[in-house]
Amino acid sequence: MTQQGVRWTADQVLALAPDVPSRKAGSKLGVAGPWSEAGSSDEGTVWGLCKGSGSKPYQTVVDIADRAGPAYKCSCPSRKFPCKHALGLLLIWAGGDGTVPDGEPPAWAEEWLASRRERAEGKRSPAARPAAPADAEAARGRAEKRAERITAGAMELEQRLSDLLRAGTASAEQSGYGLWEETAARMVDAQAPGLAARVRELGAIPSSGPGWPVRLLEECALVHLLDQGWLHRDQLPHDLAATVRSRVGLPAQPQDPPLRDRWLVLAQYDTADSKLTTRRIWLYGTHSGRTALLLSYGAAGRAPALALPVGLALDAQLTGYAGTRQLRADLGEQFAAPAPTAERPPGVRTDEATALYGEALRDDPWLESWPVTLAEVIPAQTESGWQLADPDGALALPVAASAPAQGLWRLIALSGGAPLTVFGECGHRGFTPLAAWPQGAGETVPLC
Amino acid sequence: MPVPPAKAAPPPPSRGKPGTPHSSWEELVTSALLGTDRRALPPALHTPGREAPVALLDEAAVQTVRRRAGLRPAPAVAPPEPALPDPRPPLPPAARRRLATLLTDHPGTGSGGRRGAAPDLMELLPQWLALANARGYGAPPELLPALLDAARGRTDLRPQALTFAGPRALWLARLNPHWKFALRATPGSGVALPSADDTPEVQRLWEEGLFAERVALLTTLRAHDPGAARRLLTTTWQTERAEDRLMFLDSLRTGLSAADEPFLEQALTDRSRNVRSTAAELLSALPESALAGRMASRAASCVAVDHVSNTPTLTVEAPHECDVAMERDGVAPKPPAGRGERSWWLGQLVEAAPLATWSTRLGHRTPAEIVALPVADDWRAELHAAWCRAAVRQRDATWSRALLGAPAAPDAAGPGAVSLAERAKLLAALPAAERADWVAGFIASHGLSESFQLLGVCAVPWTEPLGRAVVDALNIARDAGSYPWSFSGVMGLAERCLDPAEAIRLEALTAIPDEPEDASPGAGSYWSEAFQRLVTTLRLRAAIRDELPPPAPGA
Repeated sequence: MTQQGVRWTADQVLALAPDVPSRKAGSKLGVAGPWSEAGSSDEGTVWGLCKGSGSKPYQTVVDIADRAGPAYKCSCPSRKFPCKHALGLLLIWAGGDGTVPDGEPPAWAEEWLASRRERAEGKRSPAARPAAPADAEAARGRAEKRAERITAGAMELEQRLSDLLRAGTASAEQSGYGLWEETAARMVDAQAPGLAARVRELGAIPSSGPGWPVRLLEECALVHLLDQGWLHRDQLPHDLAATVRSRVGLPAQPQDPPLRDRWLVLAQYDTADSKLTTRRIWLYGTHSGRTALLLSYGAAGRAPALALPVGLALDAQLTGYAGTRQLRADLGEQFAAPAPTAERPPGVRTDEATALYGEALRDDPWLESWPVTLAEVIPAQTESGWQLADPDGALALPVAASAPAQGLWRLIALSGGAPLTVFGECGHRGFTPLAAWPQGAGETVPLC
Repeated sequence: MPVPPAKAAPPPPSRGKPGTPHSSWEELVTSALLGTDRRALPPALHTPGREAPVALLDEAAVQTVRRRAGLRPAPAVAPPEPALPDPRPPLPPAARRRLATLLTDHPGTGSGGRRGAAPDLMELLPQWLALANARGYGAPPELLPALLDAARGRTDLRPQALTFAGPRALWLARLNPHWKFALRATPGSGVALPSADDTPEVQRLWEEGLFAERVALLTTLRAHDPGAARRLLTTTWQTERAEDRLMFLDSLRTGLSAADEPFLEQALTDRSRNVRSTAAELLSALPESALAGRMASRAASCVAVDHVSNTPTLTVEAPHECDVAMERDGVAPKPPAGRGERSWWLGQLVEAAPLATWSTRLGHRTPAEIVALPVADDWRAELHAAWCRAAVRQRDATWSRALLGAPAAPDAAGPGAVSLAERAKLLAALPAAERADWVAGFIASHGLSESFQLLGVCAVPWTEPLGRAVVDALNIARDAGSYPWSFSGVMGLAERCLDPAEAIRLEALTAIPDEPEDASPGAGSYWSEAFQRLVTTLRLRAAIRDELPPPAPGA
């Protein structure tokens, strides 16, 4: 493959940015001025020297063909990842104006690349993987102990829920947040982070506006269902038991056979709390028709390591997690660098979208939403917000109130009153648009 | 989400098992809210051996999942009218990406304080828009929200941004109140204006329309048929509110001609002082008007050439009173605090008098000769300032040139007779090349410290002589050992206005120089940084220009 074939667009480069300030700083470095000795190789490596405020320019290398997503190395002191220099370098490379000519990597870049390749080889060879049966024994012991703790936690939580419903959820409005925080902390102690997160949400519902009694009952019921699922997990079908385990918060392992496909990168977005940034990347396999979710985490203030440019397609292996409706997968080997594509996922009508969500609930009742692509919908304004209507104008999905306004308006502008294809998450709170394609030809427009 | 299944679809039949507990969701919510201690569960939920709260949770879990699984789409509302098509060719991909990058740059979110070596992208947006508009490209729809947001925060950006944004932006603005300004800024976009020839419809909208609609109508009509607009205005003039009269009167600036004179003369007797003075101002811009003639004779009677002294000298005899006729012609009788009445009246008379008056009145001298005449009794500043205002108002290049004088003149740096602000306005009346040469000459003699306002009125990109004068002056300032932020205003202008071709010549200045002993500490590297930003910005502007070629014919 030639360089020209895999050149990214600037939007795709900027999608890699860990946050808005980095995106801005990277944009400013995306011009020839501060760069010297820049170049790129057919193998998918880009390098360059960037003049900073000091006397010695920063050395920046990016390996975009890495099988686990782009890898970066820069001699700058930034803790952002990728740093603004890596982004700027990729931007001038994407610009394709000849500032980054084809060539051989200089020694300082080659050194880093060689060591990476060596490490990658090491990882792949089975000899490097230690298999110690004694460790496995100890691990089983730890797992059993943890399961006992979770069971105790689930039983305590059941008791809490019973007390609440005996006294009435109206009392939850007064008792406030503290009580639930305390219970959530117990669930953390019980090593059930999934339960802890749900309990914390219960605490927030009474102050969440009109309709809260309905929402509180729904969420209490689903926590109860999860408790019961855990307590009776040995009676559940294998896949449902796996779903319960992962919902409770036990670490899951990818275990399906790897699936190689041409994966379209549909969307990438981050959600953050005070401790953790979670990045979700939605992929669609053009041959298998499978939709997959890659998750990547970053500690507070650090961007998650994995980043894939929206709108490109990558030839790669994905390994799915256990559970029938499990969309989560891990990115395995990449056989080529991500490349531009005109392919789009096929779409469905709005009633098919809700049916897909409904069916998915059968296997995972705790699902908030299900990824779907809507074909030919028109955004329309109602009294209470926006909806996406089928082209015949009969049925429509409301846009979730939590959908980011910026993306929604981009979608409306892109439509101009005409139908378009929209990918997003369809759930009981509404539809959250994440990417769209205009009528006729046109690139993926990210909405998140 | 969508609609509660109870309304959109009948609840699914309870599954198979006879006698399955079945109670309504509302009942469950009520029981949960009040508590099972206070309110007995519906009999259907009584299960032997199971506590009431657990039975309630069990049933609620089933119903929650059922409710969610049974969700249906909502009935669709009527879709919006499709946006008007934009016939302009779409942006080339590189230009589209550049615009996206420029729009992600928000002022004030960056590192603040020192600007570093990176260009200020938001500052390049106006140029980008001007060029894209000149080339006739249409805006990419998905970037319109960011573009409208940018234009919302910066009024100076609006005309260019809205031209570029095209019809779909107006379509969007009708859907989002944040972007209402787009409808206001584009006359007639908020309402369907009747065609200017549709007299009954024009009359109806004029009589019944909202204020904004009426202004839009009048403005549109004025551009199309000035006389018809004025006649329309006459039909209701007497009954309009004073503030409205002022706004309507202002719309006559477009296409102002001698035909408007009778109407304006009548407006000189208006009840509102603001309306009167605007009418007078408009009339004085018509040199042939009776008002201009009256002002000319009043002004001329105040200024004369005194031939008695050795050199011809101008003598000034300011008016002794502001009579009713003067007041009717728009002269404000009350001076602002600290100014004498007589000089205040004189200034207004000279300002409103056609400049052609003076050559005849003052011995057939040219404007340059008149300006060069000495003025008796300290009236020079007053008189010259009034001539400046007249030259600006009447856009008179000859008088402007005369009043500006030579750029290298010692008093050109002020505080001479003419302030820098006035010089900037006078420059605007000169042809672009002459303007640039004058400012280049000014900078060469007086340095940069006074030049900011003057540079602001020069055409972009700067001509080669002007660009060289600025860069030379910056270089001199650096060698003098001062800090670059003393010149940040001029630096910022240079980034936006220097010809990108200058980047090559500037390259040498980005090196960090050896610091002379008497220099400010660290200044050298800050200058290097500042020049580096200048070079980078110029490169960026060259790239922007290359990315926006004239569209291929037929594209």
